[in-house]
Amino acid sequence: MIINHPLLGPRDASEFTYLGDASLINRPDWQAEDAAEAFYEYGYLRDNPAGEHQELWYHEAGDRSWLVVTRDTTTHEISKVELARDVARARGRSK
Amino acid sequence: MRYSGFRVIKEALTGHKGWKPVWRDPEPKAHYDIVVIGGGGHGLATAHYLSKVYGHRNVAVVEKGWIGGGNVGRNTTIVRSNYMLDGNEPFYEFSMKLWEGLEQDLNYNAMMSQRGILNLFHTDGQRDAYTRRGNAMILHGADAELLDADQVRKEHPYLNFDDARFPIKGGLAQRRGGTARHDAVAWGFARSADSHGVDIIQNCEVTGLRIENGKCLGVETSKGFIGANKVGCAVAGNSGRVMNMAGMRLPIESHVLQAFVSEGLKPVLPSVITYGAGHFYVSQSDKGGLVFGGDIDGYNTYAQRGNLPVVEDVCEGGVSLMPMIGRSRLLRMWGGVMDMSMDGSPIIDRTPVEGLYFNGGWCYGGFKATPASGYCFAHLLAQDEPHSTATAYRFDRFRTGRMIDEKGVGNQPNLH
Repeated sequence: MIINHPLLGPRDASEFTYLGDASLINRPDWQAEDAAEAFYEYGYLRDNPAGEHQELWYHEAGDRSWLVVTRDTTTHEISKVELARDVARARGRSK
Repeated sequence: MRYSGFRVIKEALTGHKGWKPVWRDPEPKAHYDIVVIGGGGHGLATAHYLSKVYGHRNVAVVEKGWIGGGNVGRNTTIVRSNYMLDGNEPFYEFSMKLWEGLEQDLNYNAMMSQRGILNLFHTDGQRDAYTRRGNAMILHGADAELLDADQVRKEHPYLNFDDARFPIKGGLAQRRGGTARHDAVAWGFARSADSHGVDIIQNCEVTGLRIENGKCLGVETSKGFIGANKVGCAVAGNSGRVMNMAGMRLPIESHVLQAFVSEGLKPVLPSVITYGAGHFYVSQSDKGGLVFGGDIDGYNTYAQRGNLPVVEDVCEGGVSLMPMIGRSRLLRMWGGVMDMSMDGSPIIDRTPVEGLYFNGGWCYGGFKATPASGYCFAHLLAQDEPHSTATAYRFDRFRTGRMIDEKGVGNQPNLH
């Protein structure tokens, strides 16, 4: 697989390590009433879809940026690559 | 039709005209006591033990493709029970014992070969870890034997003992481990289940689960609705897809594991061998091919194929461990989709939906578990309580912090 890095252009997937579903960006509020349940779901449960999947890749052997890659899990086709930073900020995190 | 030496001689003298298909091809009935989704090794084993041990004859196995076409026909055929943790070792040792009597139980030649498995270690720390694991195995009634480098050299002189970076210091052997013919395991379970009255319905895809008022009433399939008092799901690899039909999210990701076979060679490997410094395991099939594999690719996928970096990594591991295989050529390689669970251990449990039961999360260790998985799932389906060796394989262990994490890497499925 080739990941088209937003800053560096096309890079081989072997330069990256894979973390998992990009929903991991949405860390629950630890002070909420239902924090224990929310963290259980956050930590352990996954949608695991067959089809389009947004996922976190880390450019370990490159510029060490985190990316959100949108990829089809049935074909490995990558349709979109974004900086995780941008995705997280758009979701209202890191403010 | 029972198989025997006498039968083979009789057929040989009469032109082999007496052999018949060993399972029927029935149309689904409107209703069964129990429907098992998934005609792989685990689903067929479940049907076998349900009918033979627990006396349930009104049972169907529904399979999307053909039986034996999924992971039971794609694995590297290794059988062993060399686990360490309390939740795992009794279960896998139960499985090992079932393997030892499987061919007599099924009256089917599964080519079970107890040629032994050897896990090599390369550092002092690894020796300590393997010593501990071996002791845990012995405490649970399994066999284990710690070998030093000289003992390993006597049995496997071709290994790369004096590698500068990863010298071989010894190994942990389980002599009762070995290999079995994976297809024959599926066929043997299917034949036995069929002979006890189980309907094996192939080319019948489950498209939905009919759930009303929190109770599962049956499965919607490409051959119409099939009613059931109880539905068991044994579709590891695709568990996420099927359980999504019940609205469940699972502690599982689907990943691809690749496997490889070399061209046929003269006998060179007397047992199964695993490399302790890289991820590589290998055995030699009876046809002579080296059957080997390594790590999963590491990203979510339902595609039954992998990518080249892992191919390179596996082959590097193999050549650094046994340089003699460097000149053998690769014959075939393929991929299978695995349920990678959050702690590396499986789940055999009820679900929040009444009448719906789940068996999955086998990571890439499902083949060795096939008989015990079927036995324990049949026990759960028949008696509504877990089998004594599978009590730890619960859904709620993640919520309550009772993970069974052999490698101790946490909730990162691609590291298990």
